[in-house]
Amino acid sequence: MTNLSIGNLLRRPEAGAFLGMLAVILFFLVFGGVNFLKPAGIASWLNVAANIGIIAIPVGLLMIAGELDISIGSMIPAGSMIVAILSGHYELPMWISILAVLGFGAIIGTINGLLVVRTAVPSLIVTLGTLFAVAGMVLGLSVLITGTTSVAIKAPALYKAIFGQFIGGTYQVLILWWVAVSVVSVFYVHYTKYGNWIFALGGDRESARNAGIPTTRVTITLFILSACSASFVGMCQAILFNSAQVSAGMSYIFNVIISVVVGGVVLTGGFGSVVGIVFGTITFAVVNQGIYFTGFDRNWSSLIIGVMLLAAVLMNNTFRHMALNYAPKKK
Amino acid sequence: MTTPVLELRSVDKSFGPIDVLHKISLKVRAGEVLCLLGDNGAGKSTLIKTLAGVHKPTRGQILMDGKEVSFDRPRDAQDMGIATVHQFGGTFPLMSIGRSFFVGAEPTKGWGPFKIYDRKKANEIAVKAVQDFGITRVDDGDRLIGGLSGGERQSLAIARAVHFGARVLILDEPTAALGVKQAAHVLRIVKEAQRRGLAVIFITHQVMHAMAVGDHFAVLIRGAVAADFVKGQKSREEITDLMAGGETMADLEAQISSDLATADGHPSPATL
Ligand SMILES: Nc1ncnc2c1ncn2[C@@H]1O[C@H](COP(=O)(O)OP(=O)(O)O)[C@@H](O)[C@H]1O
Ligand SMILES: [Mg+2]
Repeated sequence: MTNLSIGNLLRRPEAGAFLGMLAVILFFLVFGGVNFLKPAGIASWLNVAANIGIIAIPVGLLMIAGELDISIGSMIPAGSMIVAILSGHYELPMWISILAVLGFGAIIGTINGLLVVRTAVPSLIVTLGTLFAVAGMVLGLSVLITGTTSVAIKAPALYKAIFGQFIGGTYQVLILWWVAVSVVSVFYVHYTKYGNWIFALGGDRESARNAGIPTTRVTITLFILSACSASFVGMCQAILFNSAQVSAGMSYIFNVIISVVVGGVVLTGGFGSVVGIVFGTITFAVVNQGIYFTGFDRNWSSLIIGVMLLAAVLMNNTFRHMALNYAPKKK
Repeated sequence: MTTPVLELRSVDKSFGPIDVLHKISLKVRAGEVLCLLGDNGAGKSTLIKTLAGVHKPTRGQILMDGKEVSFDRPRDAQDMGIATVHQFGGTFPLMSIGRSFFVGAEPTKGWGPFKIYDRKKANEIAVKAVQDFGITRVDDGDRLIGGLSGGERQSLAIARAVHFGARVLILDEPTAALGVKQAAHVLRIVKEAQRRGLAVIFITHQVMHAMAVGDHFAVLIRGAVAADFVKGQKSREEITDLMAGGETMADLEAQISSDLATADGHPSPATL
């Protein structure tokens, strides 16, 4: 069938991301040896990928819809601190903490979404504001309530098993969550009408609204998803490591955006795919961790990531161009 | 005579102190192409935006099938069957033909939370709709809009409007950015829409294009209808002169040559 032709594969948004991922894996196989594809090696980058990946998907969807959310950088520690303070410090039942973590994500997501929809302020600036506001609030409240910036939490076995354990001693259970989020997202984004709405939103907001798409609702929902994904990851990290830190999370802003862009999402919106974002996340994690398997100094990984990001942006343009100009050969 | 599908009665539109449209009265019937001609800044776009529900008239009435209507937003106009196609047709360059055709009205199959977007059906319907308009080059619903030519995009947008039951089709300068061949393409599709019984409002400043498809013409000058006539009543030169605001083409030529004459100090050559 034509669906399997090279042209059809290459015009998919994840084509570049897939090739990039192969290139990077090959690079570290050559310079780092096979260790990095053995179980312990795989765990090292898969764990990193899962933590980033759960957030990268909703953030990537926002980018496809033409928006950006950098407040995730403080939503991660917010999630950690909420569960640690409520269930660690106050010893409340875990389900209350989980509701509070997701509820807080929903509130901040709604605020981000409403501000972006109601004002003409770009989402980068709006979420820069909430990034700092939430960071300040989390720090202030933690010190006020617990007197420190690092709070211990000992989750019951059941909750640890679901949200924060090492399967077989090496694989974070978060990997399974990432797979689940990916599968559900692929379904909703590429196989239902809702996905179509997201792409239309990123293509042209005005036309999308005129076509009857509830643009405000879609935008706010996406912001809620990204805020909740970040607070969820933060919560799982606290449960896994039995403690929460106020300051963990800012590096995620860059890591997530790099993963999304390397995954083939076009910065101006309207083009991208969930599978591409997953490939981009793996690529990022492999570079980030693969360096330990080589003889190179760790600092070089930033260089590789930087070059990779630039290459990805250029490649995205090329692939988008190919996708635009692709026409099936006449028989 | 049949009731006009769409009628404007003495419509004024002002933006604050700026009066853009004055006492516009126009009618368009089913199966009729009304060409709206006018120079840049004459108010053509403002007029169609008023019809499309983007602006509300400051004064005057809009009637559909003889009954007064009022649109609060573009969606209201669309629901009444008024479809507007803007200059560049498809506005989602990175979406596939099938997906953009059905944006906001996606066909689905399946049940409950597992209702999936029916890509095959969407592509089939979209491709068939365009091909019915004679654009046989479009045969793959997975192709991206941005990869189509300007004429194909316009055609797709028109086919889409017709598919979704538009009764009035408003085309804002659909041929302005197109080459001769592409423009001919679009004009053929305008004729086809008319043949199918749509009322078409065709905005242009190219007199040739208007004369090729129009049944009825209105010339807009500084926001007012300066002339309103039917096919065959005026020649191409007369229409061009009207659009230039009363100055005839001959006046204009005389003006240009006298400018040239004073500019370089030589008498204008009498024979050219
Ligand atoms: N929203 C607006 N506010 C103020 N003036 C406007 C607005 N829209 C259009 N105008 C003015 O109305 C006049 C007609 O514009 P337009 O309808 O775009 O003309 P056309 O499409 O015939 O070239 C122009 O002088 C323009 O400056
Ligand atoms: Mg105009």
